[in-house]
Amino acid sequence: MENVLELKGVNKIYGTSVKTQVLTDINIAFEKSSFSSIIGQSGSGKSTLLNIMGTLDTPTNGQVFLNGVDTAKASKNTLAELRNKSIGFVFQFHYLLPEFTALENVLMPYRIGGGKVNKEITDKAKEYMALVGLEKVMNNNATKMSGGQQQRTAIARAILNNPDIILADEPTGNLDSDSTENIYTLLRDINMRLGTTFVIITHDRHIAEKADRIIEIADGRINLDIRKT
Amino acid sequence: MKLSFSIATRFLRSNIGQTLIIILGIGIGISVQIFIGSLIQGLQKSLVEKTIGSSSQITVTAEIKDDGISDYINLEEMIKAIDSRIVSVSPTYDNAGLMEYDGKSQSLLVRGFDFSKADEIYKISDAIIDGTMPQKTGEVLLGKNLIDEYGFKVGDVINVITPDQAVKECTIVGFFDLKVAQLNTSWCITTRSSAQELFGAGDIVTSIEMQVDDNSVFASDKIAENVSSKIGDAYKVTDWKAQNEQLLSGLSGQSISSLMIQVFVMLSVILGIASVLAITVMQKSRQIGILKAMGIKNGQSSLIFLFEGLILGIFGAVTGVLLGLGLAASFTAFALNPDGTPVIALYIDPNFIALSGGIAVLACLLASLIPARKSSSLNPIDIIRNN
Repeated sequence: MENVLELKGVNKIYGTSVKTQVLTDINIAFEKSSFSSIIGQSGSGKSTLLNIMGTLDTPTNGQVFLNGVDTAKASKNTLAELRNKSIGFVFQFHYLLPEFTALENVLMPYRIGGGKVNKEITDKAKEYMALVGLEKVMNNNATKMSGGQQQRTAIARAILNNPDIILADEPTGNLDSDSTENIYTLLRDINMRLGTTFVIITHDRHIAEKADRIIEIADGRINLDIRKT
Repeated sequence: MKLSFSIATRFLRSNIGQTLIIILGIGIGISVQIFIGSLIQGLQKSLVEKTIGSSSQITVTAEIKDDGISDYINLEEMIKAIDSRIVSVSPTYDNAGLMEYDGKSQSLLVRGFDFSKADEIYKISDAIIDGTMPQKTGEVLLGKNLIDEYGFKVGDVINVITPDQAVKECTIVGFFDLKVAQLNTSWCITTRSSAQELFGAGDIVTSIEMQVDDNSVFASDKIAENVSSKIGDAYKVTDWKAQNEQLLSGLSGQSISSLMIQVFVMLSVILGIASVLAITVMQKSRQIGILKAMGIKNGQSSLIFLFEGLILGIFGAVTGVLLGLGLAASFTAFALNPDGTPVIALYIDPNFIALSGGIAVLACLLASLIPARKSSSLNPIDIIRNN
C-alpha cells in the first residue's frame, strides 16, 4: 500500500557544545489508512519523532517524505501549506485558541487554508462536532469547556480539512479512563469512516494494543515494530 | 489578509481592558501633540497679527525720498495687477510736523490717508474711541495717549508747524486707539488732500502701503521682490520681514521648540506602543505557535500584529483628535483675560489635525513592525515542546 509518511535515516541531535542524540537512524513508513501507536518511556524521543513527522521540527540529518515530497527541500510557506492540508495535529494539551469559540476553533484550519466560511463548511464542522459529541457546546468559548471537551474539539479541528494523516501526541494524557476510552473509540471510528491515517503516541500499553501496529521507541531507536495481522 | 484581520480584532477584543488603555495612551499622546501644536500656531498667528496685522506689510517709496510719487494713481493700478495676493493698496502722504498747544509742543507724524483704502490696513474707523473721521481740510485725529497729557477734547484747535516754519491751525475731530503706545502718542491722522495742503506738497504721495492676504503674510518678501522688479528702479520696495528680523527669529525659535516637543511626544508614543505590542506577542506566542502548527504562514502571522497596530492607531488617533479638541475648547473657555477673551486664541487647522492623526496611525504601524517580525520568526516547535 501507498505510504503517506516516510522517514529515512533520521537523526536528531540537540545542543551544540553538549550534544544529546535524541533519535538515531529512524527508518519508518506509514501506509494510507493505517492506525499506528508509538509507545516508549518518557524522554525516549517519541514526541521529537512526532514533531519531525509533522514538519514542526527538522531532523539533524535524514529525510522526511510527506506524500512523496521531500520536506527538507520545501520552503517555509510550502511546509505551512503542507501542514495545513495534509496533517492534523492533536496535542496532549489540546492547544485551542482561547479567543475563539469551539466551532471557530474547528473552522480555523479551513480558514488558514484560504477557504471562505460558508454554510457548507459550517455544516461539515457541526457534523464533525456532533461526531465527537460536542453539538451542545459548539458556541462556547474554548476556555469554558471541560478538558475532555477541549480535547474532542481539537480532534474535530484536526479532521476538518480531511488531512491524509493525523498525528496525536498523548491525546488522552490528562483525561480520566472513561474519557480516554471514548476518545480512542472516536479516533478509531474516524479512521474507519474517513480512511484517515493515524499515528498516536501513548504511554498506555492498554490503549496502544488497540492499534493495528505498535512501535516502541527506546533511547531514540526503534526497539519494536509489531503489526497485528 | 481577512483571516489575519479577524484574528487581530479577536485578540484585541478578547483583552478589551488592555486594548482600551493602549488606545487611551495613544490618544493622550496625540491630544498633547494637537493641543501644543494648535497653541503654538495660535500664539504665532496672534503675534504676527498684532505686530503686522494693522500695518503696512509691503511699502513702496520713491528712490529719492523727497521727490515723492506723483504718478501714484497709475502705480496703484499697476501694483494691484502684479500679484493677486496683494489685497489692500493705500497711497499715503506722510510728513513730520511740530504740534503746539497751550505753550507745550511735541513732534507729530502727520499721516494723510485715503480712508476708504487705509481702513483696510489700519482699521481706523474701528479704532476711533471718540469723535468722527476727518473729512475737511484741517480736521485731524489724535491718539488717545495725548488726551491725558494735554487735556484735549473733541473740537480743540492745535497749531501744526511744518518743516518750512509755516504755522497751520487744525481742529481735533476725534481720538483713536491703535493699541500701540508709540502710534497713540505720535500719529496725527488726516485726509490725504488735507495733509498735502498742510505741507504745501501738491498732488504727490510719499508711499504706497499694502497688505497681502492672511495666508501669504510670510511670502511678503517674495511678493515685494516681484513688485520691485515690475515697477522699476525709480521706486524702493520694503517688506515687514526685512524690518522685523527679531520677531521672525523668535517665531522660528518657537516653531523649532514646538516641533521638538511634538517629536518627543510622538517618540514616546511610538516606544510605548512598540513595547506594549511586543508584550502582546509574548502573551499571544502560544496562539501564534498553534496557528503556525496548523499552517498559518509567517507573512499572515506578521499581518496580525500589523493589523493590531493599525487598528490601535486609528482608534488612538480618533481618541486623540477628540481629546485634543476638547482640551483646546476647554482651554479657550476657561483660560480667559479679564475682558473675557481667551488668553491665547488657539488656531485649529484641520490639515494639522489630519496630519497629527495620520502620523499617529503611521507611528503605530511602524511600532507594530517589531512584534510583527517577532511573530514571523516564532517557531511553533518552541511552543509545542515547552508547552
